[in-house]
Amino acid sequence: METTSTLEKTLRLIALTLVVIFFMFPIFWIFLMSFQTNETILTIPPSIIFTPTLSNYAALITGKLTTAAGTLDIAFMRNLGNSIFLSVTSVALALVLGVPAAYAFARHKFKGSEDIAFTLLSFRFAPPLLVLLPLTQYFQWLGLSDTYFGLIWVYQLICLPLILWIVRGYFEDISADVEYAYRIAGHSWFATFRKIALPLAGPGIAAAGLLAFIFAWNNFVFALVLASADKQPVTVGALAFVTSSGIQYGQIASAIVLSVTPTLALALYAQRYLVEGLSLGAVKG
Amino acid sequence: MSETALFIKGVDKFYGPIDHGVHAVKQLNMDVKKGEIIALLGSSGCGKTSTLRMVAGFEAVSRGTIAMKGREVQTFAPVKRNVAMAFEGYSLYPPLTVRENIAFALKASKLSQSVVDEKVANIAKLLEIEDIMGRYPSSISGGQQQRASLGRALIRDADLHLLDEPMGQLEPQLRALLRGRIKHFIKERGLTAILVTHDQTEANALADRIAVMEGGVLQQFDTPQMIKERPANLFTGTFVGEPPMNVFSAGISGSGDTVSFGLNDGVKLDYKASDFSHEVRAELMKRSKVVLGIRPYAVRRSEGGVGAKVAVNQWLGDQTHIATDFAGGTMVLVEHDRTNLAIGENVGIRLDPSSLHVFDGESGRAISHGQELA
Repeated sequence: METTSTLEKTLRLIALTLVVIFFMFPIFWIFLMSFQTNETILTIPPSIIFTPTLSNYAALITGKLTTAAGTLDIAFMRNLGNSIFLSVTSVALALVLGVPAAYAFARHKFKGSEDIAFTLLSFRFAPPLLVLLPLTQYFQWLGLSDTYFGLIWVYQLICLPLILWIVRGYFEDISADVEYAYRIAGHSWFATFRKIALPLAGPGIAAAGLLAFIFAWNNFVFALVLASADKQPVTVGALAFVTSSGIQYGQIASAIVLSVTPTLALALYAQRYLVEGLSLGAVKG
Repeated sequence: MSETALFIKGVDKFYGPIDHGVHAVKQLNMDVKKGEIIALLGSSGCGKTSTLRMVAGFEAVSRGTIAMKGREVQTFAPVKRNVAMAFEGYSLYPPLTVRENIAFALKASKLSQSVVDEKVANIAKLLEIEDIMGRYPSSISGGQQQRASLGRALIRDADLHLLDEPMGQLEPQLRALLRGRIKHFIKERGLTAILVTHDQTEANALADRIAVMEGGVLQQFDTPQMIKERPANLFTGTFVGEPPMNVFSAGISGSGDTVSFGLNDGVKLDYKASDFSHEVRAELMKRSKVVLGIRPYAVRRSEGGVGAKVAVNQWLGDQTHIATDFAGGTMVLVEHDRTNLAIGENVGIRLDPSSLHVFDGESGRAISHGQELA
């Protein structure tokens, strides 16, 4: 690293600070909003001096929303639970299916393998609305609409191609000879997959899993159409805050804070692991 | 010790569909005896590594059979063949230290820890890697990784050791040192080894027999001495030997007691019919075109010889390489003394019939290797 002058350091610091402020401000503002009542939020001009209240969080957690028009039941905690359940299960299933498939695509080229891999990727090109209407029909016939099973299945459209393509790249980066060296030392191909390929592709699998989790978590339209209230995730559940007596900004803000927390925590936790893993993965056989 | 360790019969390798893909190995037949060291020698893409990988079980055999200890193994998984391999790309396990990498090869053998430790220590000493045993593959040089990879292969008590360019990344001094040690190690333990190399010095120094390959075809499979002295065809003749054999195409004419070769630029080489055996003479007379080959160290300068003009004169510290313009081509001579020939100087060249190789003009197949061995 070349030595940088104090001026350059200062300029860099300012630039970075601006970028951080730009990106962090909305989150910061929502965080503040979540501790305010609708009245203080809607004050003009807005002020950052207010008396914090936990009423928004209390309303979400108890599920009772008091508005001018009366008390409403909101299923936010259930939505949050649904989000966690749907995302975790979908990613887990996609990993179980996608990682071995990615390995197969990386290691065994057969006639049409590229076509199959590309077809799977193309699921990500298509706008979800394109498949949604026919899917709704099929799901009704099959009795899959408004079931967790059906939703997790549809979520594979989001998770599986992502995991397949990212992990495949990681497997391709591992020299096949490292695996051969293990196999020739007296191990089966399955042992080689478990003991050599999986650990070496570990960071890639973690990254793909994290990304798939975020995409699954953020999904809105599948759950909106295919699930009823008791199975909907937070993304859809947030609609409940648009009430007949106005939009409940305070509750929306606290709902956002609660719903980004799991993803954020996961990303922060995985980041440490990813960096550690990537420095190991940088070694090519 | 004539037990066959490896038997390859009629093996073809296609990349892509059989008969339509890239034909990497063509109708290969080979046998390796127990305790032998074999070198597969050839340039890049000649099929030597494909052959090795088919023996290891990493590449499917398109056609033909590979047998080890009397059993056909071409359909066996690598794990069932009991072979050890050192990879050209080293292929060490990144999360393990050099010591762990080498010891790991013994894991399946269920030896006691003290035996493993002793074996690992021996290998480390043999390959001069004692100082890096605790390091990770990412933190050591290519040459060190290569030795670690070689150690991982040699430590195993396998039926066959396959070494793919095992010393390509080493410095010349170390390479020369390790060649001797590795050969001793293999011979002492009665191991059977096949090494793939494009370095003929390595092949000559290590191998009992060399398999010269080109274009997927086994050109010759013989001892280093026979390959040098009796190359089966023009390819082997020119591929093995440094500097390479001088070759000139020639027409043949003969009458009664003379045999004459007509080279380009009207150069004519006359020999007595008795310089060639009866059989060779008969073979020569059937042809109108041949290729003459002569090794640079067998070319002599002589007063009354055929005229040639010095183009390059290089003293290499222990020998002189002289390139001359001769018969429309280049004739290289190697002499052991320093010469003071000037560029452009005319010299006379004599080609002894006893060191003259004659190849068929079309197929390149050898017809004669000179009198001393005929």
